Amino acid sequence: MHGYLGIDVGSVSTNVVVIDADREVLQALYIRTKGQPIQAVKKGLAEIAGLLPADLVIRGVGTTGSARRLSGVMVGADIVKNEITAHAIAASHVVPQAQTILEIGGQDSKIILLRHGVVTDFAMNTVCAAGTGSFLDQQASRLNIPIEEFGGMALRSKTPVRIAGRCSVFAESDMIHKQQMGHNTEDIIAGLCEALVRNYLNNVGKGKEILAPVVFQGGVAANLGIRAAFEQALGMEIIVPRHFNVMGAIGAALLSREEVKHKGHTGFKGFAVSDMDYRATSFECQGCSNLCEVINISVDNQLLARWGDRCGKWETLAG
Amino acid sequence: MKITFPYMGTSHIAFKHLFNHLGHEALVPPPPSKRTLTYGTQHAPEFACIPFKVLLGSYIEALEQGAELIITSGGRGPCRAGIYGMLHERILKSLGYKFEMMVFESIFREPLGFFSKVRRVLKAGRVSWPRFIKVYKDAWVKLCALDETEILSHEVRPYELNRGETTKVFKQCLESIDRAQTREEIREAGSIARKLLKAVPQDRSRRPLRIGIIGEIYVVLEPFINLDVEKTLGEMGVHTQRSIYLTDWTRENTLVKDEDAKAAARPYLDQLIGGHALNSVGETVLYAKNGYDGVIQLAPFTCIPEIVAKSLMPKISRDLGIPVLTVFLDEQTGKAGLQTRLEAFVDLLRQKRRWKEEGTGCTAI
Repeated sequence: MHGYLGIDVGSVSTNVVVIDADREVLQALYIRTKGQPIQAVKKGLAEIAGLLPADLVIRGVGTTGSARRLSGVMVGADIVKNEITAHAIAASHVVPQAQTILEIGGQDSKIILLRHGVVTDFAMNTVCAAGTGSFLDQQASRLNIPIEEFGGMALRSKTPVRIAGRCSVFAESDMIHKQQMGHNTEDIIAGLCEALVRNYLNNVGKGKEILAPVVFQGGVAANLGIRAAFEQALGMEIIVPRHFNVMGAIGAALLSREEVKHKGHTGFKGFAVSDMDYRATSFECQGCSNLCEVINISVDNQLLARWGDRCGKWETLAG
Repeated sequence: MKITFPYMGTSHIAFKHLFNHLGHEALVPPPPSKRTLTYGTQHAPEFACIPFKVLLGSYIEALEQGAELIITSGGRGPCRAGIYGMLHERILKSLGYKFEMMVFESIFREPLGFFSKVRRVLKAGRVSWPRFIKVYKDAWVKLCALDETEILSHEVRPYELNRGETTKVFKQCLESIDRAQTREEIREAGSIARKLLKAVPQDRSRRPLRIGIIGEIYVVLEPFINLDVEKTLGEMGVHTQRSIYLTDWTRENTLVKDEDAKAAARPYLDQLIGGHALNSVGETVLYAKNGYDGVIQLAPFTCIPEIVAKSLMPKISRDLGIPVLTVFLDEQTGKAGLQTRLEAFVDLLRQKRRWKEEGTGCTAI
């Protein structure tokens, strides 16, 4: 039996997916990165290996997400792809007619427009993370509500209050103010969901032609309140795929399948990677006034890769 | 006098030549670095744009090294940059630095001021007007050689067999142009540079995407601030063509001429609104009409002219079928976010090309 592995290491979660030769998801894992991408990848690989049938052979591996390069070096990825392309690939695989993808993750949010299965336009939040998962997480914990219940509570609101959504600092002070005025928590949460959607559509979605079918994915798609706010704001149905929170990893796995078709073999180092001693160290290069922060990635004390310099001096040393 | 000036791309090599040959000592500020950013952000108003902060930091570094005169240019149209010279001067004087500042406005708008400033520089250097004209022409030839070399480097890079080689050769070319002193030497260095770049081992069977780079002049010209966008794209296999070079001469070699850009912008924007907005709009139209695959707009965060231009992009993009990616730049030195966007944009353009040629979509990446 053959399978393809996809790994998406993002700021908040690390997702590991294995698909079979027919591109169906065999296993999917969603674990928290907790700022330690190397540990998260090792943990994810160890866990998923235990869930797979014994006769399964990994024929290809792809990585994506903000730590795609790091994780790619660790596992011997056949393809290392940016998360925008990976998300688009996965969405158009699951919903072949998809024309719009809304994706909200931990630190970034994006919109991707597809026409006839081709990405024609995309945008990503530029500077502020007001409309992303981390901010929702933070507010949920401030209000002492488990994030899983956050969206459901929003749906119980009768009269959502208005919250300023443009900047996370403004939003938070606005929320505190409304709380102190005596508004109930449901209404504040619903207001926050609406503010987040408004901000997303006005910033990331500015000037974009949003056509159905609309696919909503990324960790925040679990939030019922945000889903409802999107449906209301757009006046159309929103499709949330079954594996909405690991779509990037699915995209990476799909891409590795294509890549290996051309290449003929995989560079996958095996699940034993999870037992190896990977280390990342860094130093500041004193070669010029740029003072680049150079990162060394080593396994069992052997240098595996090195990057972070602007001039290429250290990168080439890594050979 | 020790004269310093803004550091922007490769132009410092020509300015260095100019002032050194006018009886002064050119003090080239250190290339912008994290230290420049630290000085700049520490002393600039928080809401100023990144070109303001980098220039301020750069001036401080030059003044620390003993610069006595800062020469800079004025702004264009209703944009904050028009008052930057004065604001820089005030901030630096309030920090206790002793120096003189000369802001050159356009020779056409302020001919008298322009000439009287030149005269003061010449008098201090004990240089005659005929000598000045000769030196000025030499510096101009140097600037042309620099721009021409850079244009060629962006054309060669997407074909290079060994990643990074074009950049290495380009740096050597800059050094030899810098060393050239007489006009003959400069011309010679320029032609050797062209030969060296063309000799970089290349795979000419590749078909690079073509992307036009537009936007605000400082962030377009200074690689430290735009996080080496042209080099990064080149190494991804993209031939970048930039709308702004300091020399008009090279404009004849590039696609976009100023008046053409203004005419092309007219259906979308019919007047100067400050900075380079009108050019950004017109150049996007021209790149689209000339069959470019995409356009990348570089803008300082909070830059009003470029924000206005950006808001016109969706319409131009729809009308002419050219994808546009806008990148706002500020003091970030982390490159991951930009890298992701550039990679995705290049994927998009490749898919689009494949769609046009073969009619296959997303699944065939």
